[in-house]
Amino acid sequence: MARVKALEHAVVTIDPDQCKGCELCVIACPEHVLEMSPELNRRGFHFSRYIGSGCTGCGFCYYTCPEAGAITVYKKGYTPEGEEEAPWPES
Amino acid sequence: MARELIKGNDALVKGAILAGCRSYFGYPITPASEIAEAAARFMPLVGGTFIQAESEVAAINMVYGAASAGQRTMTASSSPGFSLKQEGISYCAGSELPCVIANIVRGGPGLGNIAPEQGDYFQTVKGGGHGNYRVIVFAPNSAQEMCDFSMLAFDLADKYRNPVLIMSDGFTGQMMEPVDFPEPKPVPERDESWAVCGDADTRPNLISSIYLEPEELEAHIKKLKAKYDEMQRTEVRYEEYEADDAEIMLIGFGIVSRVLRSVVDRAREKGLKVGLLRPITLWPFPSKRIAQRAKQVETFLVVELSTGQMVEDVQLAVMNEAPVRLYWRAGGVVPTAEEILGEIEKMIEG
Amino acid sequence: MAKKILKKPDALYDVFERKPGVDKTMTHYCPGCGHGILHKLIAEAIDDLGVADRTIFVSPVGCSVFAYYYFDVGNVQVAHGRAPAVATGLKRASPNSIVISYQGDGDLAAIGGNNILQAANRGELFTVFFINNGIYGMTGGQMAPTTLIGQKTTTTPYGRTIRNEGYPIRVCELLATLESPVYIERTAMTDAKNIARTRRAVRKALRCQVDRKGFSLVEVLSSCPSGWKVEPREALKWIEEKMMPYFPLGVYKDVIEEREPVELVERTYTSADIMKGLALADGEAAARAPRHEDVGEMAMKIAGFGGQGILFLGLALAETGMDEGLHVTWLPSYGPEMRGGTANCHVILSGRRVGAPLVSIPNVLIALNRPSLEKFEPALSEGGLILYDSSLIDISPSRKDIIPLPVPATKLADELGSTRAANMVAMGALIGYTDVVSVDGAIAALPRLVKRDELISLNEAAIRKGVEQGRQLRAKQKVAVGTGKGAR
Repeated sequence: MARVKALEHAVVTIDPDQCKGCELCVIACPEHVLEMSPELNRRGFHFSRYIGSGCTGCGFCYYTCPEAGAITVYKKGYTPEGEEEAPWPES
Repeated sequence: MARELIKGNDALVKGAILAGCRSYFGYPITPASEIAEAAARFMPLVGGTFIQAESEVAAINMVYGAASAGQRTMTASSSPGFSLKQEGISYCAGSELPCVIANIVRGGPGLGNIAPEQGDYFQTVKGGGHGNYRVIVFAPNSAQEMCDFSMLAFDLADKYRNPVLIMSDGFTGQMMEPVDFPEPKPVPERDESWAVCGDADTRPNLISSIYLEPEELEAHIKKLKAKYDEMQRTEVRYEEYEADDAEIMLIGFGIVSRVLRSVVDRAREKGLKVGLLRPITLWPFPSKRIAQRAKQVETFLVVELSTGQMVEDVQLAVMNEAPVRLYWRAGGVVPTAEEILGEIEKMIEG
Repeated sequence: MAKKILKKPDALYDVFERKPGVDKTMTHYCPGCGHGILHKLIAEAIDDLGVADRTIFVSPVGCSVFAYYYFDVGNVQVAHGRAPAVATGLKRASPNSIVISYQGDGDLAAIGGNNILQAANRGELFTVFFINNGIYGMTGGQMAPTTLIGQKTTTTPYGRTIRNEGYPIRVCELLATLESPVYIERTAMTDAKNIARTRRAVRKALRCQVDRKGFSLVEVLSSCPSGWKVEPREALKWIEEKMMPYFPLGVYKDVIEEREPVELVERTYTSADIMKGLALADGEAAARAPRHEDVGEMAMKIAGFGGQGILFLGLALAETGMDEGLHVTWLPSYGPEMRGGTANCHVILSGRRVGAPLVSIPNVLIALNRPSLEKFEPALSEGGLILYDSSLIDISPSRKDIIPLPVPATKLADELGSTRAANMVAMGALIGYTDVVSVDGAIAALPRLVKRDELISLNEAAIRKGVEQGRQLRAKQKVAVGTGKGAR
């Protein structure tokens, strides 16, 4: 179902299969809420992931990521449009 | 229609503009500079672009850019400068970009001199740049043809999405003759099926010559080859003069064919059965016609302003059906009709 | 308005259909590569400026040769180093487009060094994004013009030396010395602060083009972990510690505010405009039928000193001949012949199609000085005419099988008030003697050949004077003269 409520907290999502494990986002994150996963993605890279809380929506990770669509940052107050599924874990 | 006594080089530019060419990118070099100068003079008056590029290499790449945007565009140079354009011509062929390039051939190798020569036959007709590609090459022999073939070149460039070349020389470029100029053609609509014009309709388009996968590139080359095969079927052009009963068939192109026409007249006055076959397109080459004539004539005499380049194509066409002789001058020396007639008389005696 | 979501920009494809292989969502770039970051910043700016439909992205040779896999805009892939030349052609052909030239350091500063310099200097209205990672990435890590002193690459295996390779080139500093560019900045993609600066610079440069202000270039120091053979984390340090001291970040030129936008002229040209632009008058002359079928062929050599109007004499004859329906050619002396102060041209007036335009055996020689007479007399055909300026040439033709036509052209021209009209006296004499073209025709052609009115009337008088001379010579010789036989 579409979510109509505005986000109360910023959220970052990372598509594990689009991550090449360069760690630039982890280095860039001022809140230290990103980490490298011990698992490998299907391309054989350790991928970065959000620890689940503490994202401020600053976007540093997004802008340092060399991949086009690996990282998406939803800032506080973001309201999904139309039928958009909530792409982040329910909190 | 308008008639003007005009230099071949200027006629080439006016023809281009009448054909809807709206950009010229060039670099000065004798004896092709008049072409750039005429373009510089006329392009701004018809809403076109003229840029004196920083090099021949830049000029042909500017052509690549304008052609990518679907505009009728051209450049011209002379031998050493034309050599520099070869990389760009290969890219234009690979990316299937229509454009027109004129080579006003001068003496070589190296700096050579600025006198008329045909020593660029190989580099103009055989591709010259890298890779599997072909280009239609026109060899005009009058100011009128400099205009006419310039116009036709743009149509064929668009038809095949391929560069079309005009190979000429200092005489044909500098010589003034009356030219009948037709009415201007409307500037053609840009072909939105492939051009990249900076608008919504052409946003999905890509101009590129890179095909990383061998099978992909091979498929692309096959597609190009199919075009070249079609050109060979339909674009061969030649002219014959007193050819039907000729026992000695002269073959020459460009300015040489003008001299050979005089030779035929004089030979006929002396009762010698001499004819002329003049390739108008150097590629595709009129091989079939030459092969037909090989059954009839006793000897071919190829006359070139080089040490013999086109003669190889004649030999390939004749396939030992008849002897193929070569008479050549080079370095800018243009043989006189008397000189060639003397050669013919020697042949007959000898 | 601050965006509430940061996601893949619309100007990048969702699925990279052009990319070979099965993986259509990942770029082909190595982990930690700067290209991907800059791609995103550019795409975001394209989105925000609303110019995706108008944008043409020029992919160079280098790792970003495949940028067209990713950018959902018009794409053109080009030869190594030539992006600025191609971009010039694109922008000139489509002035309303937004053209982006994206180039690496080898492409821009080595093989394409002159192309970028000249495009910047012309003030081309496009934007250049210059990725500087100090190395040739795609070909496997060779030295670039921006490789640092001491830096090891596959072609500087012992480190770049000043002695052997010279100093790294600072592109922004170099281009900022030019007058034309309006905006030049160097940024780096290291930390969030520098990436934010890069983001601003990218937007500013593109905005500059949208506003038609002029040439803009942003150089971006960028990491190549694979080429440098370090981890991405280490690569960032390399930029900060090694590259930034030599390539200082900052704005090297910004005159955007001072510059007026370049006007976009859009005008349609009618057929009449084109004909006028090409100076093609509509064809009254063209409609004229050939004057005579069997006029023979007059093959002329016209020779004299430079400055005597030799070429003009030939031109005037050819122009008149054309008007009167003859086949004509005019060929100037060419190349080395032009040196040494003598001039000559070959003119053929003929009733049929002209073969060789080069006159090897003339049947008419017009000699306006002695060397010309001496040089060309021997080639004349038997029975040919030699019209010579008897006021300047103190000898007569030596051959007895030709017809000498002495005309005191310079003297007569002097009497008319200008030595320079001697050429027209000579032409008049030829016409008067041979009637190869009409006197009226020759005079009618003058306004097309001469711009100033007083010269037209002088030349007209000179032609008439010459015609008189020609008629007198003809009467005296009582010879019927055709236009010659045996011409070559």
